[in-house]
Amino acid sequence: MPDPAVAAPADGPVRRSFGRLRLVFLFAALAVLPYLLSYSQQEIAVLLVINVLLVSSYRLLTLTGEWSLGHVVIMGVGAYASALLAKRLGVPVPLSLLIGGCMAAGTAAILSFPLFRMKGFYFLIGSFAAGEIIRLIWKRFTDPFGGPKGLKRIDAFPDIDTGFLSIDFYEPVNYYFLALVVVSASLFVLYRIERSRIGLTFHAIHWQDRLAESVGVDTFRYRTLAFVIASFFAGIAGGLYAHYVGAVNPTRFSVDQMVYVLVWAIVGGTATFHGPILGVVVLTVINEMVLRGLGLDTARPLIYGAILILSVLYLPDGLESLGPRLRAWLQRRRGGPAAAGGEAA
Amino acid sequence: MNAPDGLPILEARGLTRRFGGLVAVDDFSFAVREGAIHGLIGPNGAGKTTTFNVISGFYAPTAGQVLYRGRDISGRKTSALAAMGLVRTFQGSTLFQEFSVLDNARVGRHLGARSGFLSRLLGADRASEAEADARARDALAFFGLEDLADEPVSNLPHGHQRMLGMAVALAAEPKVLLLDEPFTGMNPEETRRMMELVRRIRDDGVTVMLVEHDMQAVMNLCDIITVMNFGALLVEGAPDEVRNDPAVIEAYLGSATGNGGSGNGGSPNGGANGAGDAA
Ligand SMILES: Nc1ncnc2c1ncn2[C@@H]1O[C@H](COP(=O)(O)OP(=O)(O)O)[C@@H](O)[C@H]1O
Ligand SMILES: [Mg+2]
Repeated sequence: MPDPAVAAPADGPVRRSFGRLRLVFLFAALAVLPYLLSYSQQEIAVLLVINVLLVSSYRLLTLTGEWSLGHVVIMGVGAYASALLAKRLGVPVPLSLLIGGCMAAGTAAILSFPLFRMKGFYFLIGSFAAGEIIRLIWKRFTDPFGGPKGLKRIDAFPDIDTGFLSIDFYEPVNYYFLALVVVSASLFVLYRIERSRIGLTFHAIHWQDRLAESVGVDTFRYRTLAFVIASFFAGIAGGLYAHYVGAVNPTRFSVDQMVYVLVWAIVGGTATFHGPILGVVVLTVINEMVLRGLGLDTARPLIYGAILILSVLYLPDGLESLGPRLRAWLQRRRGGPAAAGGEAA
Repeated sequence: MNAPDGLPILEARGLTRRFGGLVAVDDFSFAVREGAIHGLIGPNGAGKTTTFNVISGFYAPTAGQVLYRGRDISGRKTSALAAMGLVRTFQGSTLFQEFSVLDNARVGRHLGARSGFLSRLLGADRASEAEADARARDALAFFGLEDLADEPVSNLPHGHQRMLGMAVALAAEPKVLLLDEPFTGMNPEETRRMMELVRRIRDDGVTVMLVEHDMQAVMNLCDIITVMNFGALLVEGAPDEVRNDPAVIEAYLGSATGNGGSGNGGSPNGGANGAGDAA
């Protein structure tokens, strides 16, 4: 099967307008959503929106075939940088967020020199080590990183007050919409990158890096590019987190948190753009609605582990494969031999 | 035979590559003249693929040099060499199996489809992508694969996959094309067609160096043939000279008994058969 993410640039106008219509509905639903939620659920919705960006940016890196264990630490780099810029240097918060993203990207650019000498398992371990070193720096240097306790009282997004309209970003609803705008814009950029030749080249490196090299692809440069872009958006997610929660510490960006990102990505599936998003949304809903409702949320790691194992066993291509599977199943039930003939042709 | 008399476009001088204790390429020298179809033959394990891997930058030479248009290129990155016009194909079907046929050729067009990061984001690369698309389709059409453009690679029969591998390389617009066993897995009819196409590639100004086990194809196609054995140069000369050289016959017969026949899998014309042709 050709990767659907690569092989379908030729959407007809009908399909495209259908896709647009779906997007309109999606955004309408997302706009109404917070008003249907309780205050604490609204807070969770904000974190969910931020995590969507975290896991989607992670997927961009996985397109080249490399899986990192340092992505959450990179998110932390953005969080610490944006928080410190605002606290220490008085940089206005929206700008600090952007610079934080750039710092995360810059960190990735530097790390790519040792890390992309390795591939596969060694890259995984190398990225873990690199992440631990960064966390050690945060813990060790109380000035400016605040040591193990981290940073507190991080500046919030400044209120918008035009007299006519005033928005206070302490309100989860308002921050939800802010995060939604930033994350949607980021996802749009990530989507465009993947659909462009850059995305094709990332896939090419994943499947046959030697062949890609032989026709002129500088695989080191493109692996670095994927890592830098992914890290930029992880850094943005980190900044969004820091200025919402108001505190960051090294434990928040530990490998435990990274495991959640991996579980979201694996359970959702990484073959499509929407797979990891599906993963984080479904697992968060399960977590917050079901586990919390049943009072089982202390067993979260256990249950996440069970979900991971079950999905690897019974849904190896992730939640994203459910739709096509369901469609194929319906077609088989409806069309019977006709559908089988269509497959053979 | 049209004797090419250009300058050497590609040259190896004392090329050596060791793997631990094994000397896969041993003080090997040759010169490829511009515009030639240059054969590189030898029994299985002689070091032909390793030679290609060193020339194309996948391995650094342990000793010696590779020169391209007189410039030392040893140890340079494969992608940088491709940008200079030195492109190789692979033994077997090394392709982007998960892509469509067209997308394979589009990746081959990587160097010709330059565009800035922002223009890619904004879709301002449309003109250069349309051109890349057209060139990719041209490369497919050259091998008669244009009707299969939207097929997934995994649906292609083996012979077509071999052709696609060459189409990907050709899309990169090489000056020197290194072909590693291009006819393996092709039926005689396909082989004849491919030989014609290789000649046309050369006539379009591309220098071709090829490794091949099908002796008949090699003898018919090549202007000059370098024979290697145990990593070192055995004989070099025109097909007629090489065909009748006792050392060559000896090397092939020796390897035929030594290997207990053809070692290269599904080839209809393996090393052992080749010896029969050469004798
Ligand atoms: N990466 C490698 N590591 C170790 N030995 C290798 C490697 N590549 C090739 N060789 C060895 O080098 C010798 C030459 O192999 P190769 O160049 O593939 O021969 P040919 O293409 O002429 O059949 C063989 O003995 C092979 O086993
Ligand atoms: Mg070989």
